[in-house]
Amino acid sequence: MALRSIKFKVLVLFTFLSMLSITATYAENLPEQAGKTIEKEAGAKESAFDPAKLIMEHILDAHEFHFFTIGETEIAIPLPIIIYSKERGLAVFSFGNFHHGHEVYNGYKSEEGKIVAVDATGKIEESIKLYDFSLTRNVVQMLIAALLLMFVMIGVANKYKKNGVNVAPSGFQNAVEPVIALIRDDVGKTNLGKDYERYMPYLLTVFFFILINNLIGLIPGTANVTGNIAFTIVLGIISFLVNLFSTNKHFWKHIFWPPVPHFVKPIMVPVEFLGIFTKPFALIVRLFANMVAGHIVITCFIMLIFIFGGLSKTAGWGFAPISLAFTIFIYFIEILVAFIQAFIFTNLTAVFIGQSREGAHDEDHH
Amino acid sequence: MSSMNFLMDVGLSHLGGAIGAGLAAIGSGIGIGQIGKGALESIARQPEAANEIRANMILTAAFVEGVALFAVIVGILAVLK
Repeated sequence: MALRSIKFKVLVLFTFLSMLSITATYAENLPEQAGKTIEKEAGAKESAFDPAKLIMEHILDAHEFHFFTIGETEIAIPLPIIIYSKERGLAVFSFGNFHHGHEVYNGYKSEEGKIVAVDATGKIEESIKLYDFSLTRNVVQMLIAALLLMFVMIGVANKYKKNGVNVAPSGFQNAVEPVIALIRDDVGKTNLGKDYERYMPYLLTVFFFILINNLIGLIPGTANVTGNIAFTIVLGIISFLVNLFSTNKHFWKHIFWPPVPHFVKPIMVPVEFLGIFTKPFALIVRLFANMVAGHIVITCFIMLIFIFGGLSKTAGWGFAPISLAFTIFIYFIEILVAFIQAFIFTNLTAVFIGQSREGAHDEDHH
Repeated sequence: MSSMNFLMDVGLSHLGGAIGAGLAAIGSGIGIGQIGKGALESIARQPEAANEIRANMILTAAFVEGVALFAVIVGILAVLK
């Protein structure tokens, strides 16, 4: 019960702080815009609708949570920038100081989202190497997802600890229990055999972490965490290491001295050796590509409204319900894909670990 | 002349990327269709095994779709670079 009230307080605090920072950003932008709109109108009033750029903005990482833009003001939550360089030392400031790429702040400038060092005249200094440790929106969302996952799961685990296994589940336990049973039976026991319990913590963690990041990424306005190749590369490397540390003698014997006729061995050995690395590579690219493709499709369907609107206003308005129908349909598919991709990642990791730990077959020794 | 060659090269890379992604869609469509066909026939033969067959079908479909998405990523790279 104490845990639940802490969760509630944290949630309320977070909502209040985000509201505060959104209104602060809004107020910050207002006085500046009065002077700048005149130059902007002379310059880029007829900026065409660029769908590729907007899609990239939705997919890639950014230094702020951008929700929408009303006219010239942007509703966004700027995130802290933490840069270190040997010449200039550590610099920590908010992304809002750049005013979306128009100003130089404290010797730094934002070139299309990337922070570069500039000298006094405003020219980019190429020689300074910046180490960017900023809290970008992917990092913040990943941390929020991890904290949410920990709260939820520790709450469920405490309920089991308190009530024991002979009391019927209640509340969120009802939703979590069949999923955990699915991972334990279909993924763990079938692939890993007797001592599947050693691997259950890792398999369950990776499943729920990927699932919660996939689902949060589907909410409009949030960041695209699992569609980031860096995130999936780290998950793939961790799975690869878990797999590597579970291999036994028979696995390496099969790779370097397979039980095949001798003239086939020169072909089999390099292929099997490469196969060790292609399996985690496939895990990485599968999760990344599925999530990125889903986000691109959803964004494209919404962009279609504006592309048609560029032709004529009535075409834009008329196409909007069709586009919305497609978008809702794709959203349901994307929720299904979120679950399936998390399950596939976990299942394939378990399959690879099971393959690494196989004992000797009877047909090897002939 | 060189600018026209450059535009032609850019156009060709976009064309190549788009055709590659389309071919990947054809390949994965055929592949997953055959997986579905096999799964449905097996379930029709033995309805008690429906759950296991469904699990294996989804697993195999994810493999095939993964390969198709490799090709889509290559297509995106061809368009962007």
